[in-house]
Amino acid sequence: MSLHIGCAAAPGQAQENKTGSWRVFKPVYDHEKCTSCGMCQLICPEGCVHETDKKYDPDYDFCKGCGLCAAECPATAISMIKEEK
Amino acid sequence: MADKTCELVDCGHRACGGCGPAYAARLILKGSGPNSIVCASTGCMEVFSTPYPQTAWKVPWIHSLFENAAAVASGIESALKKQGRDENVLCICGDGATFDIGIQCISGAFERGHNITYICYDNEAYMNTGIQRSGATPFDASTTTSPPGKNSFGNNRPKKDLPQILAAHGSPYVATCSIAYPNDVIKKVDKAVTTEGPTYVQIHTPCCTGWGFDGSKTVELAKMAVECGLWVNYELVGGKLDKAKKIKRKLVEDYLKSQKRFAHLYKPQRNDVEIAKIQAIADANAEKYGIDL
Amino acid sequence: MKEILEGSHAVAEAVRLCKPDVISAYPITPQTHIVERLAEMVADGDLDSEYMCVESEFSALSACLGASAAGSRVYSATSSQGLLLMAEVCFNVAGMRQPIVMSIANRAISAPLSIWNDQQDSIALRDSGWIQMYAEDAQEVHDFHYIAYKVAEDHQILLPVFICFDGFILSHTYEPVDIPTQSEVDAFLPPYKPYNMLDAKNPLSMGMYATPDYYMEFRYEIDQAMQRSADLIKKVGKEFGEKFGRDYSGLVESYELKDAEVAIVAMGSICGTIKDAIDEMRAEGKKVGLLRIITYRPFPAEDVKSALAGIKKIGVFEKNLSIGARMKGAVGYEIKDAVDDQSAQVLSYVAGLGGRDITIADIKKMVQEIEAGRGDCFFGLRQELI
Repeated sequence: MSLHIGCAAAPGQAQENKTGSWRVFKPVYDHEKCTSCGMCQLICPEGCVHETDKKYDPDYDFCKGCGLCAAECPATAISMIKEEK
Repeated sequence: MADKTCELVDCGHRACGGCGPAYAARLILKGSGPNSIVCASTGCMEVFSTPYPQTAWKVPWIHSLFENAAAVASGIESALKKQGRDENVLCICGDGATFDIGIQCISGAFERGHNITYICYDNEAYMNTGIQRSGATPFDASTTTSPPGKNSFGNNRPKKDLPQILAAHGSPYVATCSIAYPNDVIKKVDKAVTTEGPTYVQIHTPCCTGWGFDGSKTVELAKMAVECGLWVNYELVGGKLDKAKKIKRKLVEDYLKSQKRFAHLYKPQRNDVEIAKIQAIADANAEKYGIDL
Repeated sequence: MKEILEGSHAVAEAVRLCKPDVISAYPITPQTHIVERLAEMVADGDLDSEYMCVESEFSALSACLGASAAGSRVYSATSSQGLLLMAEVCFNVAGMRQPIVMSIANRAISAPLSIWNDQQDSIALRDSGWIQMYAEDAQEVHDFHYIAYKVAEDHQILLPVFICFDGFILSHTYEPVDIPTQSEVDAFLPPYKPYNMLDAKNPLSMGMYATPDYYMEFRYEIDQAMQRSADLIKKVGKEFGEKFGRDYSGLVESYELKDAEVAIVAMGSICGTIKDAIDEMRAEGKKVGLLRIITYRPFPAEDVKSALAGIKKIGVFEKNLSIGARMKGAVGYEIKDAVDDQSAQVLSYVAGLGGRDITIADIKKMVQEIEAGRGDCFFGLRQELI
C-alpha cells in the first residue's frame, strides 16, 4: 500500500471508520409519527440519515447516538434508547 | 449554486457526537455546492475530517498551516483566474485561526479583493487543543487559559468584532448566522459565494465538549444564544447593515445556566454584577442591530 | 542575446521566460529589484502573470503554495528576515511536494540588523527539504532558474528549489548575461504538468495529517526525492549545456585542484575572488585549489570526496554561523564527513558575515591559516572592537 505523496487522499475512505461503535444511546425512528419534514436528515452532524419513500432512518454503522435528531424532531418521532451490547 | 440535498462531507469523521462545526460543514457545502475548493486551517474540523488516508471531504480540499488559509486561498484564486476556471474558493476555519493567528492573512486577502469566501465556524475558543481562550471567546466564559478563580471571573475581554473589521476592508458581503437556523446558513453561504469579491460568513457553532452541555442540545444552545441577543444574525451589504434577525428577546439567564463554561457565575451564588455585565452586552447588541421585536 | 544587466534583472528575465502563472511579491532588500522588474513586465504586458502584492513574506509563500496546488507554476523571491518569516511555510511546501522555485538574494540575519550579504539565511533552512543551488555570477543565477523549474516539476522529484545568490554583490552589480529566446526556453522547459491538483472534477484532499503510523514514511519519501534529485540536476544541467552552450552537469566545480596541496571550499560569488587569488598564488608556486559547492542540497558527498581525494589541508570558507557548534560554520561538518579521511585536516573559517568585504589578500591569509592548521574560528575579526 504505497503512500500518496504530499499526504493526500481521494474521497471515500472516511467510511472505513464505523463511528456507530461510539454509541451509548441509539435513536429509534417512529415512521408513523414522522411528518417527513426532513429536519433529522438536515441536522445530523454525521449526515448519516437517509430517506426512503419520504421516511427517514439513520445509518447505524455511523450514528454516534448524539441525540440531536431526537431533540429537534418537531413530531417527537425519535426516541433515544439505551443500547445494550 | 445551493443544493440542500447534496452531501459533500462523508460519514466516518471523528467529530464529537453532536458537534456544531460538523453540522455546519455539511450546511456550508450545501450552500456552495460541488464546484468548490475548500482551504482549511488547522483546527477541530481539519483534524476530525482528515487523518491520512481517511478523508471525509468529497470536494477538493487543502490544508497548509494554522494561520495561512486566506493566503493559500488567495493563491488558489489567482491560479484559477489565470487558468480560466470557476470553482468557488472557500476558506473554512475556526475562530482561533480567524480572529487571532490568521488575521494578517485575512486582512491581506480582503484588502487585495480576491474572489474568495471566508467562512469562520465560531465555537468561541481554541477547541481542538483543549478549550483555550481566543479573540472570539465571550466575556466571562471559562476556558483553560481564562479560568475562573480567586482573581478571575473567566475571560475578561469582549468578543472581537471581526465582521465589522472585514466590512471595513470593503468586503461587499459579510454575514453572521447560526446552526440554529440551517436554511439561513445555506442561504447566506450561497449569497457569499455568488457575490464577487472577498466575502465573509461567521457561523455560530456551539461546542458541547468545550462549552459543557450534552451533544443533543447543540441546536437548542444555538437558538438560546440568538434569542437572548448574545449572538446576532445579520448581514452587512457594502458595509451597511442590511438585515438583522429580529427576536422576542429573552434574558441571558437560561443561556448562561445551560453551559458549564458559565457555571462559575452561579457558584457559590448568583454573581449579579458579572451577569449584569453580560446582560449589558446583549442589550448593546440589541440596540446596535435593532433586533428587538 | 547578450545584455548588460543588473543581477536582479537577470533573475527577472529568467522568470519572465519561465512564464509563471502566479507571482507573489513582497519587498525586502536586496531582492526587491527582482519583484519590481517583474511588476514592470506585468504592467507593460511583457509577462502574463497574476501578480500579487502580498502583505508579508509568510503570505507570499503561502499564496504560492495555494496557486501551485491549484495547478499553476509560481514564483517568489526573498532574503534574510523574509525567508525566516516564511520558514514555517518552507517546511510545509516541501512536505506537500510543491515544485516552487524561489530566488534568495542572500543576506545576513538579524540581530543585529544587517542588509548586507552572507549566507546565514538559506543555510538556516538546510533541513527544510528545499533543493539549494548557489550561483557564482549573474549568468549562473539566470540559467539556474530554467534548470530549477525543470528539476522541481519532474514527477520523480516534486521538491521546491532555492536559487541562492549573494545579495548586493550579485543582485546589484552589472554583468553581461546571455538571455535565450522564448522559443529556446520553451523547447527546454515544457509547461507545468501537476502530479496532484485541486480540481472539482477530480477531488483530492491535500495536506492531511499523519498519525505516528504514517508520518515517518512521508518524511522518508521527501528525503528519497532529494536523493534522486542529485542525478536529475546533473542530467538536466548537461542537457542545458547541450542546448545553450553552458554546461551545468556538475554539483561541484573543481578549480586547480588536481595537484593541490591546500584546498579551499566555498559557495557563491566569493569563489570568483578565490579563483583570482588562486591564480596569483599558483604563479608564486603555491599549490592551492578551490572546490566550489554549487548544489548544497542535496549535499554532493560523493563528488566532494572524489574532488578532494588526497588533499590533506582543506579550509571551508563559511559565510554562515552555527552558534554553539565546535567548528562554528555549518558547511564544514558535511565537507569533513564527505572527505572521510582521518589524515586530512578540514577546518572551518567563518568570514564575510554581514557584508564584511573579502579581498584577494584575505584569501591568501586564509590559506596561510589553513597551512598552519589554525582554523574552526572566525576569520578577519576587528580585534580593536572585541
